[in-house]
Amino acid sequence: MTQEINKTNKSEWPLWEVFIRSKVGLDHKHAGSLHAADAEMAIENARDVYTRRMEGVSIWVVESKFIHASDPGESESLYDPANDKIYRHPTFYNLPDEVKYM
Amino acid sequence: MNKQRYLLDYTLRLADDALIIGHRLSEWCGHGPVLEQDIALTNTSLDHLGRARTLYQYAAEQFNRLPQGEKKNAFTSVAIQNLVASGENLGEDDLAYLRDGWDFRNMLLLEQPNIDWAYTIARSFFYDTFNYFFFQHLAGCKDESLAAVAEKSLKEVTYHLRWSSEWVVRLGDGTSESHQRMQHAVNELWAYTGELFVMNDTDKIMLQEGTGVDIEAIKPLWMQRVSAVFEEATINTPTGTWMQQGGKEGRHTEQLGYILAELQFMQRAYPGMAW
Repeated sequence: MTQEINKTNKSEWPLWEVFIRSKVGLDHKHAGSLHAADAEMAIENARDVYTRRMEGVSIWVVESKFIHASDPGESESLYDPANDKIYRHPTFYNLPDEVKYM
Repeated sequence: MNKQRYLLDYTLRLADDALIIGHRLSEWCGHGPVLEQDIALTNTSLDHLGRARTLYQYAAEQFNRLPQGEKKNAFTSVAIQNLVASGENLGEDDLAYLRDGWDFRNMLLLEQPNIDWAYTIARSFFYDTFNYFFFQHLAGCKDESLAAVAEKSLKEVTYHLRWSSEWVVRLGDGTSESHQRMQHAVNELWAYTGELFVMNDTDKIMLQEGTGVDIEAIKPLWMQRVSAVFEEATINTPTGTWMQQGGKEGRHTEQLGYILAELQFMQRAYPGMAW
């Protein structure tokens, strides 16, 4: 543990990303990030920081360094090509009125 | 003293324990080593203060039912005696803010100062472990109000114990400095742990009544739990057997005076002040 801290920053605990499930059946959503020395402390910190007002029933934490993100500079090549592929949306079906929430 | 007075004494002690440790932990608010732990301690502090409020309300109810003669000499505090003489009922705030040090029944461990993170953790760990077993037993007691408080507190206390146990291990089995500080705090506070298990008259009578908890029976469970965590934390369990006591009888260390001076100043200087 000590070595891990020394590797990243001598005075700071590693950063963790927190995901909270607000209700059983819903998915975990990114809630924010916090510092903690280990995974257990990260979960407890997340409990104290993000679920004080009954926001959650389950917590996931992952060290931020393990999150791999797409490059914002590449967003044109990554996301724009989907722009004109309207056939990928199910908009060609006529929904019966009985199906209210689709 | 009659049974009613013993129940009042018992309720007040539990309330005082909760208020004093709650106040001590609240002193970390804004001073925690990191933001997340600052919030964690404040949350825990509020758990204790919430329990204190419920218990003071219950104690006030009991007090207000006492005959006038008994009310007058129940506490040494002149402020309380004046209220009683004017025929007013007491409320939770009066019990917290207007009683003097001699009227407080909290255990000495809980009034000891924060000093550093290791002391704060050691103090909480000793108390949380005690509470974990105490409230399990109190939840089954005959007094419905105390049983309800115990039921609710048990969930909170289970988390407190998890939190403080992990910190004992983290510091004890951490760097050489954190280990040394943890061991030092444990050694220094050890003499205050004996009082947790002292059965005074109130405890004995409440136990007979089916209301109180047999705290002597909790001692081996407490010892087992504490030793197990210390072992994992590479902390030596102190072997000293001489123990401080007196808090349950109103004989306190000088620390309580400082706490009350800060805690009670506003209500003493501006009686009945509200905002």
